[in-house]
Amino acid sequence: MALALQTFATVKDANAALKAAGTRYLGGGTLVVRAANEGDVSVSGLVRSTDPALSAIEINDGKVSIGASVTMAAIAGHPDLGALARAARAVGGPAIRNMATVGGNLFAPAPYGDFAVALLALDAAVGTGDAELPIETFLADRDNSRAIVTYVRFALPKGDSFRFLKVSRIKPKGVSVLSIAVVLEHAGNGTVSSARIALGCMADRPVRARAAENALFGKTLDPDGIASALAAVGEGIAPITDPIASAWYRAEVLPVHLGRLLLG
Amino acid sequence: MAKVPVQFTLNGSEKAEFVESGTTLLNTLRDKIGDTSPKGGCQQGTCGACSVIVDGELRLSCLTLAETCNGVAITTTSGLAEGGVLHPLQRAFLDTFATQCGFCTPGMIMAAKVLLDHTPNPSREDVVEALSGNICRCTGYEPIIQAVLTAARANSQNAA
Ligand SMILES: Cc1cc2nc3c(=O)[nH]c(=O)nc-3n(C[C@H](O)[C@H](O)[C@H](O)COP(=O)(O)OP(=O)(O)OC[C@H]3O[C@@H](n4cnc5c(N)ncnc54)[C@H](O)[C@@H]3O)c2cc1C
Ligand code: FES
Ligand code: FES
Repeated sequence: MALALQTFATVKDANAALKAAGTRYLGGGTLVVRAANEGDVSVSGLVRSTDPALSAIEINDGKVSIGASVTMAAIAGHPDLGALARAARAVGGPAIRNMATVGGNLFAPAPYGDFAVALLALDAAVGTGDAELPIETFLADRDNSRAIVTYVRFALPKGDSFRFLKVSRIKPKGVSVLSIAVVLEHAGNGTVSSARIALGCMADRPVRARAAENALFGKTLDPDGIASALAAVGEGIAPITDPIASAWYRAEVLPVHLGRLLLG
Repeated sequence: MAKVPVQFTLNGSEKAEFVESGTTLLNTLRDKIGDTSPKGGCQQGTCGACSVIVDGELRLSCLTLAETCNGVAITTTSGLAEGGVLHPLQRAFLDTFATQCGFCTPGMIMAAKVLLDHTPNPSREDVVEALSGNICRCTGYEPIIQAVLTAARANSQNAA
């Protein structure tokens, strides 16, 4: 069945059009057009907005705001977003990165959503036309979200406090076995004073590893210091099973890769 | 279904068509305009056979809706040869046996062209990365990588 696309200059008009049954927002289309090509008839109409604000990247005083239509390639190539380049480059191959948007990545079901894992560790705020939600709240309720996401906002991580790892079987481009993003802060004596750990493929969407975060507090980043965090990282996870890996396998290798990321 | 107008340049010449809303760029190029160089392999974004260059960037035409391409400049592999003379990449693909069944070739050449446009002297890793969204079921990739490196060398010798 054919899709009808409606294009609006403003987010407001696009939001109004999205109220109609069977409509979905069109970001880069890498998931939604793919679904249509595959015969998904649940979507009969697509809506998009060409508002230039959706494609803007603003950086002020270490605060970053990225419009929802900004692509992974634009982030990977941005001179001031070097810290995020690795996470943006983790998404697909070159053509996918030229199309895949930040907004779409927030909705991508596991094994996709690698960039959203990074945003979760960065504790981003997700903006829609009239509200701003912490990313964790947004992700938890994303299936019911109808409003167009307009931007994500977060503090640029300092130095090497942000770390990201994607594990895939095919190099350099492959679907995630898992992805992990970590933001660490250290106290004067070198111990961990705060940790945020986000995991991809450990549920149908990115999740925080709270038990591991708590276990890292006050510890040093050495094999003994991180042992309790590695033991706790599997708490509450429900990894996906797909042709890439079983849930069992993902759970088994998660502590190994978290350990490498923390010690690396 | 209402038809919508789309207008863009394809390999330097103006095209204007009416397409059904929601038609992919791939189907528009192949079925409406008759440029069959982009191939429909998977329609899922995974094979890269449909790759085209839109305003200098590599895109998958199977996941791009034609009506989002108003005013853009599109390059396909069929537009590369000039006056019957093959583009250096096409020449290199032939010379290094980088084409077997040929189905992946136009997409590979598009991905390689974007690479060489930005990085005239790529490393082997650059080539592997640039082609990482394109699948070939015949060659085992090595001849393709060699073809791109060969074309890069030929270009830099011509420039010297
Ligand atoms: C071959 C291939 C490989 C891939 N590899 C990866 C990978 O390695 N890692 C990864 O993370 N992803 C991967 N993906 C998935 C996908 O490309 C990315 O997740 C991408 O970021 C999705 O963004 P999009 O703009 O294309 O989304 P779209 O397809 O446009 O939209 C996806 C969903 O999000 C909704 N949406 C999009 N933008 C908004 C918005 N601003 N407001 C509200 N709703 C919105 C849409 O309505 C739709 O439901 C891959 C996809 C393909 C086809
Ligand atoms: S046909 Fe477009 S990627 Fe396979
Ligand atoms: S030559 Fe046959 S798929 Fe590449």
